[in-house]
Formats: sequence, structure tokens, C-alpha cells
Amino acid sequence: MAPSVSHKAILTGLAILVVFFFVLDIMLGSVKIPFDQILKILTGQQTDNIAWIFIIEKIRLPKAVTAVLVGCGLSVSGLQMQTLFRNPLAGPSELGITAGAGLGVAAVMLAGGSSASIYAIRQLGVSGSWLIIAMASLGSALVLSIILLIAGRIRDNVILLIVGVMIGTITLSVVSIWQYFSQPEQLQEYIMWTFGSLGGVTQYHLYVLSGVVSFGLLISFASSKALNGLLLGENYARSMGLTIGRTRLIILASTSILTGSITAFCGPIGFVGIAIPHITRSLLGTSDHRILIPGVCLVGTVLLLICDIIAQMPGTQTVLPINVVTSLLGAPVVIWVIISRNNLRSSFS
Amino acid sequence: MTEPVIKATDLSIGYKFRNKAPRIISTGLNLQLFPGEMVCLLGPNGAGKSTLMRTIAGLQPTISGGIEIDGMPLAALDPGELAKKLSLVLTERIEAGNLSVGEVVSLGRIPYTGWLGKLSDLDQDKINWALSATETTIFQHQKINRLSDGERQKVMLARALAQDTCLILLDEPTAHLDLPSRVEMMRLLHQLARRMNKAILLSTHELDLALQAADKLWVMKNDGSLITGTPEDLVLNGSFEAAFTKSGFYFDKSSGSFTIHQEPSSLNVHVSGDSQIVFWIKRALQREGITALENESADIIINAKEDNGALKLAISCNSEIATHTSIESLINALNLLKRPLN
Repeated sequence: MAPSVSHKAILTGLAILVVFFFVLDIMLGSVKIPFDQILKILTGQQTDNIAWIFIIEKIRLPKAVTAVLVGCGLSVSGLQMQTLFRNPLAGPSELGITAGAGLGVAAVMLAGGSSASIYAIRQLGVSGSWLIIAMASLGSALVLSIILLIAGRIRDNVILLIVGVMIGTITLSVVSIWQYFSQPEQLQEYIMWTFGSLGGVTQYHLYVLSGVVSFGLLISFASSKALNGLLLGENYARSMGLTIGRTRLIILASTSILTGSITAFCGPIGFVGIAIPHITRSLLGTSDHRILIPGVCLVGTVLLLICDIIAQMPGTQTVLPINVVTSLLGAPVVIWVIISRNNLRSSFS
Repeated sequence: MTEPVIKATDLSIGYKFRNKAPRIISTGLNLQLFPGEMVCLLGPNGAGKSTLMRTIAGLQPTISGGIEIDGMPLAALDPGELAKKLSLVLTERIEAGNLSVGEVVSLGRIPYTGWLGKLSDLDQDKINWALSATETTIFQHQKINRLSDGERQKVMLARALAQDTCLILLDEPTAHLDLPSRVEMMRLLHQLARRMNKAILLSTHELDLALQAADKLWVMKNDGSLITGTPEDLVLNGSFEAAFTKSGFYFDKSSGSFTIHQEPSSLNVHVSGDSQIVFWIKRALQREGITALENESADIIINAKEDNGALKLAISCNSEIATHTSIESLINALNLLKRPLN
């Protein structure tokens, strides 16, 4: 299953798109900065305007890098879940994994008293970001384990999805109870967090997030052989020497780390995880994870960068929450997947 | 004497429960399967064929007794080692239609490839060989969901072959296939056992095909007991028939096939002539519940021959002779005779 020439060509094309939208994302915003100046700043040369350097280096570049991390991380965790559950409708936000991460975040933000707001935690620097990542990842892992346990008994895709939605609802209710007994200022912080934002990740946090997401992606890529083995179902996988328990554990770990860390910093971002794998599969026409994993990373990145460009509404002072934009673009994709049964059948039957 | 690939000694199979006594499906099994042999596991629904297959495949623990695969105790083999000795073809439909045939077959190399699953030249050779042995090379670049059920099943066999194991287990490989594909599958399996010296065990409901193609039969009865032997021995000593007894049909030892029982008719008929036509006339008579007699002094005598490519079926009854040109009109005529005689 060596990557064929056409796969390589498509992946290269996507990589070029990533570069294009990355630069475009940095170029566009409420302040107009000429393209040649941007290039100068990015390549470390002097420019005339100090404010521009600040805007690029402290705001737009970290935000674009975050978009790349989110695009890769959520798409890969969605892909892994779809393969693991053999369910085209699986995704981090659909099966309540993001809600689980939210529970972890709420545990830190709401239970820790007023000093533990997310901005306060961010002020703590690296140690604070580790705490929130750890809690969000644990929350994701908790929900994912419950769903995995139930999935062992249920083979029906739709029922599993309903169970996932219900578990997500339970998790959100727990958070709501927590919110009900919280201080207004804490609540505001938490609600702002739920809108999702790529712009809140700066400095240390970006390093931490990059490190954690890279680690998760590395585990995922290393398990691509196991994921391929799972394509034929668990019985075949086992007959080919795969240890199912260990494989599940590894996939669970990397999915939780990816979803947890991203959700902790950027809020719950919907529909990326479920939509990107479908777009990528129909684009590349393969189920081989050694091609799909880089593929979903590139497609996810392009989509997130486009969403971010739309979210900052170039030319205006308004910035939309990123979650709103991904949902607006992602939900139609999910509807398309369900309606065009052909597309679904080609990968899952 | 070669060593058996499967050797089960005093094996009990069934299901273990945490708090309850195990439910034993079958006990005291002593089985051997040798390289180059194709064995068909037969038995009525619910007799425990799947349980036995799953137990041998290591997907389910034994209750007691031991299984050796290629000289090693099954329980002592780790999944990676077992995957190099035993490969499976399952009944379940695979849900990865986006994979090409070549990709599916190359998955069979998983036990041999490195951490990323990169294929070596040797792996590629084995894949190409598996494709050509199953006559699926032409589909290599097609998506698996574009194939017919029969072609798809051959691809799954190719995947098992690419796994390069001495033993292949197939769970009802001919289910969902049309008759030509079923025959084709059996022919392919038999050929593989002979030419590649593979040990092949398949469970099936195709009694006719199994009788023709299998080197040995393992016949599982409803009570869980299991009889083994060559098909012919089992037919002649009656144990084959005994495993499938049900009212409404019986096993005809002379034709080697199951026949639907009809209400016996009082007509006595003798058929003579061209042996091929006689065979098919007898089949048609059987369906009507009429048993042809050897006795030439029967009430009705049918003489069959072929004349310039056309059937000529002469029927004489009470010195009245009529000629028919098709079995259909012959049967209609016999049915008319039935009534007054009854």
C-alpha cells in the first residue's frame, strides 16, 4: 500500500493550500498590513512599523499556528474514532468527548474559586496550562471509555450515536449544575470559553499545546498500521496478530490527549472532527491511514484557516467565535454525508 | 508421517461464564487435520460449528483439553505468532469499501511488516502470488465494494493466503454466493490444499459440494457429537445421513444427494433407454413421488431416446403407446394416468 502518485500529488496540492491560507490568515485582519511587510516580519527583517511587528508576532502568527494545531488534532481524533467505532457519525463533539473535556475545564475553572479563572490559570504559565490540559484530557478519556464500553455491546451505529449524545448531555448538565452554584464572574469566563477561540493561546501555552498535539499526532501516526488492521473489523484484526485491548487503549489515549488539550485552550470546536475525515476520504479515495492521517491534517488545517479568516471578518472590527463558523461550515457536510448514502457506503460497507 | 496442523486432544468447547457453570457445546473431541487436506465441517444449524471454529481460531477459550496448532499449544502462542500459523476468512461483510483489492490483500502481511506496515519486496511477492492464486489479479486496483459477492470472497481468501499460514479457517465461505461462485470457491480451496500443501478447514452448509470436494468431513450432530472420516465412508456407514435426518427428505446413497420426500404414488413405472435422459426422467418422476422400478413388467414402460437432437419419449400403458417430445408433457400424461388408477 505505498502512497500512489495521485495521492502524493493531492497531498502536495493540499500542502501548498496550507501555506497559501496560512499566509492569507496572517495578512487579513482588522488592521491592514502590506504583504511585503508581512514577509519581512516573518523572515525576521526590520520593518517601519513596530505595531505591525507586535500584531503579527504576538497575535496573528500564534493564532494561525493554533488553527493548524486545532485543524490537525481534531481531524485526526475524529478519524481515529470513526475507524475505532466503525461508525461514520463518530467524532469528538458528536460522541460527547468535547463535553467531557469541558467537564474537566469546568472542574478547574468553576471549582477552583475566583482566582482559578482561565485567564488566571494562563497567568500561571506552563504549570497552569498543564493542569488544565490534564483535566480536560482526563474528562475526554472518561467519556470515551464509557462510550467504548457501551460500544462493545451495541453494534448499531445510530444507537451508539444517540448514546453518545445522551452522555454528552449528561456531562453538560453536570457542568450546568456546577455553573448554577458558581459566581457570576466565573460563569462569564466559562461561557466565553464555550464560544471557542483560537486567539487565546499565546506564548508558553502555544509551546505546551504544540508539544502535546505533536505527541498525540505522533502516537496516532505510529498506530496507523493498527488502524488499518481494524478496517476489516476486530475479528480480522485479532487474527492478524493485533492485540485489540492495547490498540484500543492507545487510540483512546491519543484521541483524549488531542481533544482534551485543544478543547482546554480553544473551547469546544464542533464539526471539524466528524466532517474532515469524510471530506478527506472522498478527496483521496482511500482508507489507508498512512495516507489518511497526513491527509486529514492538511485538509483540517486548510479548513480551520479558512474558518479563522471568515471569523475575523476581514475589513471589519468584529470577530465571530470560531465555534460558530466551524459549525456553519461543518454541519452541512455532516448532512451531506448522511444524505449521500453513496459516500457513506463506500467507506463503511 | 507428517505432523498434523491441527491436533485436538480430548477437547471440550463451549462458553465460560463468570458466575455460572460453563455451557458445554461439545466434549471429548479428538481431531486431526493434516497439511494438504481440505476438511469440511458440516452440521445442522446450532450444532456448534461456529463455536468449534472460533475455539480453534483462538478467538474463544477452550473449556478443557488441548489444541495444538502446527505442533505448538494454542494457548502458548501469542497473537503475533498465531497470526503466522493461522489465517481466517469470516462470514461477516467487511465495511471498508474504500480499500482497493490490492490494499485488502496487503493487510494480510500485517504480522510480518514493521511498525508502519511498509511492504518489502518479499511482502509484495507474496501479495502478487496470493492475487494470482485466487485469480483476482485483474481486480487489483478496483475498490472492494465494486466487486460481486463471489469476487469479494475470493479477495478475502487472497488476503488469508497473503498471511502465509499453514492453516486457513473459513467460516461459511460459500454463504451469500450464487451456485457457480460456490463451486468455484470449493474448486479453488481444494486446489490450494493440494498444490500449496495448505491445511484448510471450512464450515459449510453445502452438503453436496462438501461430499464432492472435501478430503475429509467433520460432521457435527445436534447433540454436539462429532464424526470424522472420508465423505464416502460416512455416507456408506450411514452416519452422514443420521446427522441430517429430518422428516420430509432423505439422503439417496445411490445419487449422493438429498431428496425431498413426496407422498408415494401407486404408479409403477419402468424407464429404459438413453442413460442420460433416463437419469433426468427419474429425477422428474421422483418429484412426482413416482419411484421407477427395475422390473420390466411394470404397468407403464417409458422408453427414452434422442432422435436428431429431439427427445423421443415413448410411453406404453395397457398396450397403448404415445410419444412425447418433452419431459413436461410426459409428466402431464403420467398425472392423467394417476387418477383413474388411484
